[in-house]
Amino acid sequence: MPSINRSKTKTPMPSQDAKLRSKNFNEVALGYTEEDAINEAQRCLNCKKPSCMQGCPVQVQIPRFIKYIAEKNFESAISVIKETNSLPAICGRVCPQEEQCEQKCVLAKRADPVGIGRLERFAADWERQQGVKIPDKANPIGKKVAVIGSGPAGLTCAGDLAKLGYDVTVFEAFHEPGGVLIYGIPEFRLPKEIVKQEVDFLKKLGVKVETDMVMGKVLTVDDIFKKGYEAVFIGTGAGLPKFMKIPGENYLGVYSANEFLTRINLMKAYKFPETDTPVKVGRKVAVVGGGNVAMDSARSALRMGAEEVYIVYRRSESEMPARKEEFEHAKEEGIIFKFLTNPTRIIGDEKGWVKGLECIQMELGEPDASGRRRPVPIKGSEFTLDMDTVVIAIGTGPNPLLIEATEGLKLNKYGYIQTDEDGRTSKEGVWAGGDIVTGSATVILAMGAGKKAAQSIHEYLQGK
Amino acid sequence: MFQIIDKKDLAPSIKQFVVDAPLVAQKARPGQFIILRIKEGGERIPLTIADYDAQKGTITIVFQEVGKTTKELGTLKAGDYLADFVGPLGKAVEFSNHKKVLGIGGGLGVAPLYPKLKMLHENGAEVISIIGAKTADMLIMEEEIKAVSDKTYVCTDDGSKGRHGFVTVVLKELLEQGEKFDEIIIIGPPILMKIGTEIAKPYNIPIMVSLNPIMIDGTGMCGGCRVTVGGETKFVCVDGPAFDGTKVDFDELMKRLQTYTGEEKLALDKYQSERGACKCHQ
Repeated sequence: MPSINRSKTKTPMPSQDAKLRSKNFNEVALGYTEEDAINEAQRCLNCKKPSCMQGCPVQVQIPRFIKYIAEKNFESAISVIKETNSLPAICGRVCPQEEQCEQKCVLAKRADPVGIGRLERFAADWERQQGVKIPDKANPIGKKVAVIGSGPAGLTCAGDLAKLGYDVTVFEAFHEPGGVLIYGIPEFRLPKEIVKQEVDFLKKLGVKVETDMVMGKVLTVDDIFKKGYEAVFIGTGAGLPKFMKIPGENYLGVYSANEFLTRINLMKAYKFPETDTPVKVGRKVAVVGGGNVAMDSARSALRMGAEEVYIVYRRSESEMPARKEEFEHAKEEGIIFKFLTNPTRIIGDEKGWVKGLECIQMELGEPDASGRRRPVPIKGSEFTLDMDTVVIAIGTGPNPLLIEATEGLKLNKYGYIQTDEDGRTSKEGVWAGGDIVTGSATVILAMGAGKKAAQSIHEYLQGK
Repeated sequence: MFQIIDKKDLAPSIKQFVVDAPLVAQKARPGQFIILRIKEGGERIPLTIADYDAQKGTITIVFQEVGKTTKELGTLKAGDYLADFVGPLGKAVEFSNHKKVLGIGGGLGVAPLYPKLKMLHENGAEVISIIGAKTADMLIMEEEIKAVSDKTYVCTDDGSKGRHGFVTVVLKELLEQGEKFDEIIIIGPPILMKIGTEIAKPYNIPIMVSLNPIMIDGTGMCGGCRVTVGGETKFVCVDGPAFDGTKVDFDELMKRLQTYTGEEKLALDKYQSERGACKCHQ
C-alpha cells in the first residue's frame, strides 16, 4: 500500500520565473517530476464513490489512474486515462479543473483539492517521453463517418469512433488540425508540439485528417453523404469575432483577438521574419475583455515586446470569467488591470493608426440574466488611455459558412445549431457538438459533447 | 500538396499558374478567390480565381511579384507543389438578366475581371471592356478579354499601346456619350476603383467593385479583412469580395492596406539578401 500524504496544500508545480517567461513563448508551467507526482497522488483518498468524476465531462476514472501514479505504475495510469480521454496532455493543461473535477474533490472542503489536472498532465507527458505506443486497432466496421472541424469536439468524436472501428475522416479548414488548440491557445500555455502529437495519436488510431477543406464552400454536408459517409459530426466552433461597434474600430493597430492570436500562434508571427506572417504590437497595448482569450492576448502582447499591457474590463475582478491560474500568471508577468472600465471610442491619428482608447468608468448595478451584477456607466467619467495597439477579446459567435450551406439544420435564436442531449441535429444523420451548439465554452465541454455524439452515432449506425 | 501544372509569364513580374485542385475547381464560380501558402512557415495570401475548369480539375491564378511571398511564388515552376491551396472562398457574383455590361480592369485587376465577363458573355450579354496597364508590356490577358467582349478599349498610362491615359478616361467618355449599361464592373488598385466609382456614380448605374484587403484565414474568423460598406463593417472574405462601389469606404481600405508596409519591406529585403548570398537557387 502506498503511504498517504496528509498535506493540506497541493504539491507546487515548478514554473518559469515570471520575469524570464514574459520575454519568451516557452511553456510557463513546467510540470511535475516523478517525485512530485507520486507525492501529490498520495493525497487522494481513493473515495468509494468518487465525486471528482462527476465533475469530468469525459468521465476519466480519476481515483483509478491516481492510485497507479501513487504506486509508480505510470504506464497503467495513462492507459486508464486514455480509456475515456484521447487528449490528456491537452486537458491536463487547459481544463478549468477548479470548476470541474477538482471542485468536486472531497478534500476541497477543507484543503486544496487533489491536483487532478497536474497528475493527468504528468501521466500524458510521461508517456510521450517514453514514446507513445500504437494502440490496438478495433476491427473495421466498414462504415464511414465524417467529422467537420478538428478542434477538441471533433478530435474527441473522431478518436472515439475510430476506437469503435469506424472509418473516420476529419475535415479541417486551416492548414493544421487542432482548432482553438492551434490558433487560439498560445504556445506558452499549450505547446503546439503536444497538440501535434495528440493528433498523431488519433492518426495512429486510423483517423484520417484532411486540411485546407473549408466545408460549406469546397464540400457541403450533402456532398459528404453522396461520398458514402453514413453520419456527420459538426464541430466547427464559435470562431466569428465580435467587435464592439464603437467608433474607430477599423483604425490600423486594432485587432480582433482571433486575428491577433492566429497571427501569433498558427502563423508563428513571433518568429517573424524567420516566418513570413507579421504582427504589429506597439509599445502600449490594450486588450478589451476579461476571459481566457483576453489573458492569452495580453500575455502574448507582452511576449511580443510591448512595454505596457492593459486589460480593460467592464466588470470587476470577481466577475472575470478567466481561469484563476491565468489571471494570477498575468498579474505576475506585469499585466495592468483596469476594472470597471468600458471603451467608448478608439482614437486614431491622421494616418489612421490607433493612438488612444477613450473609456468610461463603470459601477455595478443589479444582477443581469447571467446572474452577474450589470456594469452601468458613470456619467461624465470618460478618460483616455494612450495606446498603440488595441485587441478586442469580447467574445465570438457562430461562423455561418457551413450552417448557411446546409439545408435542414435547425438553429437557436443566437444562430447556434440546435441539438438534443446526444448532439443529434434536426437533419437525419447529422450530429453537432462543442461551441457551435453551446456558444463559446471550454475545451473539456467540447470534448464531452464530442464523446456523447460519438456514442450516439455508434448506436445509430449499429441500428442501420 | 497542390501541383502547379502550367506556368506562363504574362508580363514582366506578372505570372500565371494553372494549379491542380479538383475539389476547388468543381465548386469555383466567378468572383471567388483562393488562399495559398507556399510552404511551412509561409504566410497565407489571397488570390482571385482568374479561370477554372471543373473537368480538368484546375484553377488559374494570376499574381504580380510585389513582395517576399509573391516573388518566392514566382520562382516556382510547373511540376512544383504548393503546400496549401484553399477555396473556393468568398461569395460568387450573380448577374440577373444583364443585357449590356461595362467591365473595367486595371493592371492585375484584369485577371479577376475575366471570369465575370466570360460568364456574362456566355449568358448572352453585350460586353464592353476597358483594360489598361502602366505600359504596353504590362498589359495582361488582352486576347482572353477580347474573346468574351463585343468591344474592347485598351489603355496605357504612357501611351505605348492603345489609348494614352487611364481606363477611367474611356469610362468617362462612354458615359458622357450617353451609353447605358445594366452594370459597371471595376476591378483594379483601390484608387482606380475609387475614381471609377466617383465618375460613374452620377449616372445611376449599379457599380460593382472587387476589394483586395489584407487577409489571413479567408473564412470569416478573424476580421483582418474588414472594410466599411454603407456605414457597416463587413468581412471581405465572406461578405465579398464584390461590393457596391458607391458604398465602399475606399480611403479606409487604402489606409488599412498600409498596416504592414515596414514589415513587408523587411521580409523582402531579408529574402533578397539571402538569395543574393546563396547561389544555389539561381
